[in-house]
Amino acid sequence: MEIPYAVKPRPDTGLYNAKVGIWLFLASEVMLFGALFCSYILMRVNAPEGTWPHHWLNIWMGMTNTIVLILSSVTVVLGWASLKMGKFGHYKFYQGITILCALVFLGIKSFEYHDKFIHYQINLKDGTIADGHLQSAETTKDLIVIEGRIIPPDKMEELYNPSLEHEGKLLKIPIGDIKIDPRTKKPMMENYGPWHNTYLAIYFTMTGLHALHVIAGAIVIFAIWGPLAKVWEQDPERYVNRVEVSGLFWHFVDLVWIFLFPVLYLL
Amino acid sequence: MSDRPSSTPATLHVDEHTIHEMQHHIRRYLIVGVALAVGTALTVWASLINFGSREINIVVALIIASAKGFLVAGFFMHLISEKKMIYAVLAFTAFFFTGLLFLTLWSMAHDNIIQIHLR
Repeated sequence: MEIPYAVKPRPDTGLYNAKVGIWLFLASEVMLFGALFCSYILMRVNAPEGTWPHHWLNIWMGMTNTIVLILSSVTVVLGWASLKMGKFGHYKFYQGITILCALVFLGIKSFEYHDKFIHYQINLKDGTIADGHLQSAETTKDLIVIEGRIIPPDKMEELYNPSLEHEGKLLKIPIGDIKIDPRTKKPMMENYGPWHNTYLAIYFTMTGLHALHVIAGAIVIFAIWGPLAKVWEQDPERYVNRVEVSGLFWHFVDLVWIFLFPVLYLL
Repeated sequence: MSDRPSSTPATLHVDEHTIHEMQHHIRRYLIVGVALAVGTALTVWASLINFGSREINIVVALIIASAKGFLVAGFFMHLISEKKMIYAVLAFTAFFFTGLLFLTLWSMAHDNIIQIHLR
């Protein structure tokens, strides 16, 4: 016995099963990301005065990724509309662009993550902070080389709120100049990973979870576009429904990013 | 119960009305796409302007993000013309999401009361 309303809509609700299913799932996703946005509010409001970072992320990369996701959302709906008109070739073209957009988004995000993982804050014995990107090719056991700046103790606000135009210079720091953490007995040198502070913790958590959604969405869209494309020949209505449901998920991913971008990059 | 007997040839019913309707949809999608791109540029531009306080910048950015969110949900996800059951699911979601936000803000207000008592 086949499951009823798997393809045709149920007469009283006007909906087929998968559409109800995806909306219930998206409702749970709203609560998941909602909880993370609430965590962000709590951390930001309770951060000591002047210690919540601004301009730590590259605005233009975030903006490019926003445009890429918007473009992918447009191609998803154009692909669905093409299928509704029976134009399978057009659908393949548009969804192909969607998959490319997903890869571009993930590529840019990976670059941003890498930039944070090679970015170091080094506390020096004279009370200043060396802040910049590690030059691993020039760094040795005794000498740390970074491209960045020195922040004096009386200008700590520059660490959290760097000016958009600041330029870095090559800094060679002997390992002996680095302050030793009295607790761990190790040099006080840490990269900008999620462990660095609450801002980076919530940044990596939210964008990481979002990136997992992009990966999952791209895999589903690719599967329907490629290996499962034969369903179009066998049962076109079911195929259109699959494209619609995967598209709804993709738009939700775009919707979440629309809020993540200003919250993490701009404010 | 089957939606379509397996022996029936698979065809998608495409009539003139569907084509006309989809062409109308496509025009709308392109306009919304351009509006979203302009909204993104507007968000960045507004964030670089000093409105006098950071709170105003936050409010402006969230208003633009909400407008963009409405465009995506309303037109791309077809929420402006969806079935009642979907609205019912989303009404529950909105209720619990608002509750979550309210609890977050309330917890912060509660912190302040404790600090006042401790003083």
